[in-house]
Amino acid sequence: MRLFDTVSDSPTIPNAAHEPVVGYIHSIESFGSVDGPGIRYIAFLQGCRMRCEYCHNPDTWNIGVGEEMTADEILADALRYKAFWGDTGGITCSGGESLIQIDFIIDLFTKAKAQGITTCLDTSGGPFTRDEPWFSKFEQLMAVTDISLVDIKQIDSAKHRKLTGFGNENILDMIQYMSTHGDDMWIRHVLIPTRTDFDEDLTKLGAYIKTLSHVQKVEILPYHTMGFNKYHELGIKYPLEGIEPPTPDRVANAEALLHVQDYTGYLTWRPQQ
Amino acid sequence: MQEVEQTITDYWQGFKSGSWQSEINVRDFIQQNLTQYDGDESFMAGPTEATNLLNNQVLNLKKQERENGGVLDADNSVVSTITSHGPGYLNKDLEKIVGLQTDKPFKRAFMPFGGIRMAEDALKAYGFETDDDSHKIFNDYRKTHNQGVFDAYTPAMRKARHYKIVTGLPDAYARGRIVSDFPRIAIYGIDRLMADKAHDFEMTGDGEMTEDVIRMREEISDQYRALNDMKKMAASYGFDISRPAADAQEAIQWIYFGYLAAIKTQNGAAMSVGRIDTVIDAYIARDMKLGRITEEDAQEMIDHFVMKLRMVRFIRTEDYNALFSGDPIWATLSLVGMGNDGRHHVTKTAFRFLKTLENMGAAPEPNITLLWSERLPEGFKRYATEVSIQSSTIQYENDDLMRTEWGSDYYGIACCVSAQPIADGVQYFGARANLAKTVLYAINGGVDELGHAQVGPELAPITAEYIDYKDFMHKYDKMLDWLADTYVNALNVIHYMHDKYYYEAAQLALKNTRLDRTFATGISGLSHAVDSISAIKYGHVKVIRDDDGIAVDFITDQDFPRYGNNDDRADDIAKWLVKTFYEKMNTHHLYRGAKLSTSVLTITSNVVYGKNTGTTPNGRKAGEPFSPGANPAYGAEKNGALASLMSTAKIPYHYATDGISNTFGVTPNTLGHDDATRKDTLVHMVDGYMENSGMHLNINVFNKETLIDAQAHPEEYPTLTVRVSGYCVYFADLTKEQQDDVIARTFFDQM
Repeated sequence: MRLFDTVSDSPTIPNAAHEPVVGYIHSIESFGSVDGPGIRYIAFLQGCRMRCEYCHNPDTWNIGVGEEMTADEILADALRYKAFWGDTGGITCSGGESLIQIDFIIDLFTKAKAQGITTCLDTSGGPFTRDEPWFSKFEQLMAVTDISLVDIKQIDSAKHRKLTGFGNENILDMIQYMSTHGDDMWIRHVLIPTRTDFDEDLTKLGAYIKTLSHVQKVEILPYHTMGFNKYHELGIKYPLEGIEPPTPDRVANAEALLHVQDYTGYLTWRPQQ
Repeated sequence: MQEVEQTITDYWQGFKSGSWQSEINVRDFIQQNLTQYDGDESFMAGPTEATNLLNNQVLNLKKQERENGGVLDADNSVVSTITSHGPGYLNKDLEKIVGLQTDKPFKRAFMPFGGIRMAEDALKAYGFETDDDSHKIFNDYRKTHNQGVFDAYTPAMRKARHYKIVTGLPDAYARGRIVSDFPRIAIYGIDRLMADKAHDFEMTGDGEMTEDVIRMREEISDQYRALNDMKKMAASYGFDISRPAADAQEAIQWIYFGYLAAIKTQNGAAMSVGRIDTVIDAYIARDMKLGRITEEDAQEMIDHFVMKLRMVRFIRTEDYNALFSGDPIWATLSLVGMGNDGRHHVTKTAFRFLKTLENMGAAPEPNITLLWSERLPEGFKRYATEVSIQSSTIQYENDDLMRTEWGSDYYGIACCVSAQPIADGVQYFGARANLAKTVLYAINGGVDELGHAQVGPELAPITAEYIDYKDFMHKYDKMLDWLADTYVNALNVIHYMHDKYYYEAAQLALKNTRLDRTFATGISGLSHAVDSISAIKYGHVKVIRDDDGIAVDFITDQDFPRYGNNDDRADDIAKWLVKTFYEKMNTHHLYRGAKLSTSVLTITSNVVYGKNTGTTPNGRKAGEPFSPGANPAYGAEKNGALASLMSTAKIPYHYATDGISNTFGVTPNTLGHDDATRKDTLVHMVDGYMENSGMHLNINVFNKETLIDAQAHPEEYPTLTVRVSGYCVYFADLTKEQQDDVIARTFFDQM
């Protein structure tokens, strides 16, 4: 099943190397320390097709808007922070949904790797497909990606669809690909009361992650209400109105069911040479 | 002399020899006797029973003090000198290190030499009256520093002070900022130091009695007397400090007696403890080698010493507290750093000092300062950041930068962030000038925007609807000329009078006789001045004037670059402004051949400076606090914490060798989702900042909600400590206004 018309999602079709691919950037964060290993420069890419009920950045949804920047421009800006990166830090592409601009990320990560910068992809996997030409691009991207942060929003596909508007089959397929091909990853899961905080689903998710290889870290991200103001400013109805963040007990419960403690690779992780 | 030499060597058994034995040279002692430690914190001991008992006693006194409106007890008659009070104790049987400022814990001393009015007002503020005799002596017979200064001030200086374009001048209180070489007492004993001063006295002048020679000879005599008084004070506690310390406990005690002499005689704006960790470590290491003490004993001595530093109190007026709130005394303790030979100076004792925050809980004093280098060992870096995350009580300063600029690896931090060579450097503290207010003076032709009086030179005001950048810069330049002139010359008066009426004999007795002096000045309102200039340059600023033609508000038609985003368009203005103001001040005569230095540092006075400054063209409203130190304006930062830090790091230290302070607030979750990650993040952040020539970082790690809750329920957070520009305070000791300011400060936050 094809979930996305992914080729036409790309703002530009890759072509001769001398013509730079332009990225549409929502914003830049110079100090990211929770989105990948070490301290990272995060480029938040504009555009996402999912409509997660709990999304705290609805201002990143629109595709093809935002500040236009080339990979070289991003790199030059990012490199000013190199002294803060140590052995593991570097650049993260996040979103929005970063894979919507896969051509841009390939360009950026290829150039970053050439300069010895660690690259990290933050994705929900929505655009993933085995269809060509997209799949070849994805393989090309993985070759220049040191680690990926993959968000599994719900292990139950029906609930995933309700939560985000789409099923999760292709997302799990992408994760399977990474696991099979030796691509390091962190798995992240947002815990939302009444949406994802069900023991049955968490147990299932925990078991699923156990089947994977190369998972360096598993993380529960407790839902927070900080996105609320953005909805208000954008005049969009906030779907989770009235839902409170999970209690520390529920967070601990989810961490136990996902066996978070078992995944400690991130503590000693270094990019593969 | 011969006899002294011989007994001295007995106390030096077990130390490696060096030139420190034939001349006073603490640095060489350290070079020869440094025991580096590359491990982690696992070797350390928790608090002893005695430590817990004493610490509870101190916390109780602190509680009573707070309940009593800020002061528990004050002396209103005995003028504080080195020997003025008999011995005082917390609990004589339990204390490993003894000595109080007065005869009772938390009883504040009467210190009138800076200014009798200030001393009496301070007493009055807390319900005490000066005793009649003391009142008469200091009002009728004995002139104090403050009166001397006002006898010589010009009307222009008084005006600049009154309208607060210059604020916080040490013209009614002690200037402080002297880092004494306290370990000298431990290594050499007082008699040897006195013999040296006697020799210097003989060698001062060739018989031609110039003013300089006369002054020098009088000062050395004062120093000699102060040393002798230190012996008497120590004797009252039953110790003979005429000789060197025999063991670690004595070494710490000897050092503390030196410090006690300093705080009994001066209530300075900063009473630094200096750099004592490696010397104490050498004594502890020697005792341990001889099997005299255990780790628990060593930690107990350090804990009790630090407890004493936590108990230091001065009585201050309300005005003073508004500037520097929370009862700070800046007992700044500099730890670790690198040696010129490439060895790091991390010892087990540096760990032990950090451990005090765990053993006795967080506290603002001593003001723990890490002389940071990327080359410090990982184990120490990680422990330090852990303590930082737990207690928010540590400041980080760039050792590589300071060591290079000052040409010495034996320097300490005076006050908040200023480096000072310990053996032979001294700083004359000079408060700060308000460069944001000066922007308004340039626009208003020297008329104060709040007081509506002609304070600055009567230049033509800007009368156009929109401010022309070139026209403004021309006027701003002239206004800076006037400010530099008025400010530096006011300081010339102050330091002349301070030497004359409130000479720091005890502190300077513990330094070389021949000194390199720096003439400290400071800048406040940097971010607002820079953003205002940037607004005028890029933002097309329209002026709103009141009926008197004074600019009271501004409208910017276009967005403009702001300092704090790693954007050179704004950051270059900051660089230009610091250098330009420095150069303008440097054209003037500076007291006693001192070398000019400046700082971008405001402590908590950013609130008061802001209160006294009208609306500025960058959009900051009249009365709103300035951002602290060299921090970007609140809300100006759009690209995250590192972009903000990079802007500050660009300010050239060479022109601001008194320090460029950045106060960094961050939530735990922004540093990482687990402890290991948080520590790693902080280590990399500090390393990166310093690699980019960043000079100073205060690091606060907590959630804004914690502060809001602490404001509402202070009783539940008696020891919640926050770092403000250059020092630490108990949050509960800040005024409501300052608490609001701390809460409003930028907290870098992401989930």
